[in-house]
Amino acid sequence: MLTEYAFWFLSFVAFFSAAFMIITKNPVYSVLSLILTFFSIAGHYFLLNAQFLAAVHIIVYAGAIMVLFLYVIMMLNLNTLEEEKKSTWMKALSVVAGGILLFVLLGIVRRTDELTVIAAANGADCGLVENLGKALYRDFLIPFELASVLFLGAMVGAVYLSKKELV
Amino acid sequence: MELLPNITINHYLLVSVALFSLGILGILLRRNAIIMFMCIELMLNAVNLMLVAFSKMWGQTDAQVFVFFIMVVAAAEVAVGLAILMMLYRNMNTTSTDVLDKLKW
Repeated sequence: MLTEYAFWFLSFVAFFSAAFMIITKNPVYSVLSLILTFFSIAGHYFLLNAQFLAAVHIIVYAGAIMVLFLYVIMMLNLNTLEEEKKSTWMKALSVVAGGILLFVLLGIVRRTDELTVIAAANGADCGLVENLGKALYRDFLIPFELASVLFLGAMVGAVYLSKKELV
Repeated sequence: MELLPNITINHYLLVSVALFSLGILGILLRRNAIIMFMCIELMLNAVNLMLVAFSKMWGQTDAQVFVFFIMVVAAAEVAVGLAILMMLYRNMNTTSTDVLDKLKW
């Protein structure tokens, strides 16, 4: 099946580009591989028929957030940063801790097989713009407006923090 | 149940858990504050993917609205966080968390 292959392809791209983001020393490469991860997650949203979220995800993450990261890294000239000095002992400990977390989470996921017998719900098109817009502007109107206030606060805070005269 | 042909909710949980663990691993491994910030974004996205999969499973829009708000908060967080990092770099001339440890006990 085509969608099955698409799922595995997107999953592998997401996983390996996320791993490359962690491994590589150059922050610019990190940002670019994280953008690749975000695009594959947007592909997952398309596969799940959440088209509005896929579009918003590409616009917000790949279009705004990662460009902001790239801009800051290039403006601060961080790609010529000194080598991070960290002992192999600490690195091994980090990998062990992350592996333990992965192990625990996998154990939890393996126990969820009773979820698979839940009958298919009828809302196959719940991710379309029409239905999501109705939910957003009818049931979630007040949180939506509060989000705009949050954005205003974030904008004022970012401008204030970026001022030169600040300590 | 199958969200896609031959793909169940467990597959999505697996992908999501893998991405989340990679984010945690990146936070533990790296010392550059900007990379750690990007790992936080990766973890948020892993949770978002899980929420969308559950939304498809139950046929409810609520989880997708929740994902939308998570994206909103993430955007605000990145704007403020990067401003803080830029101010740190201007004053301390580094973004390494080995140097920025004044609040450490």
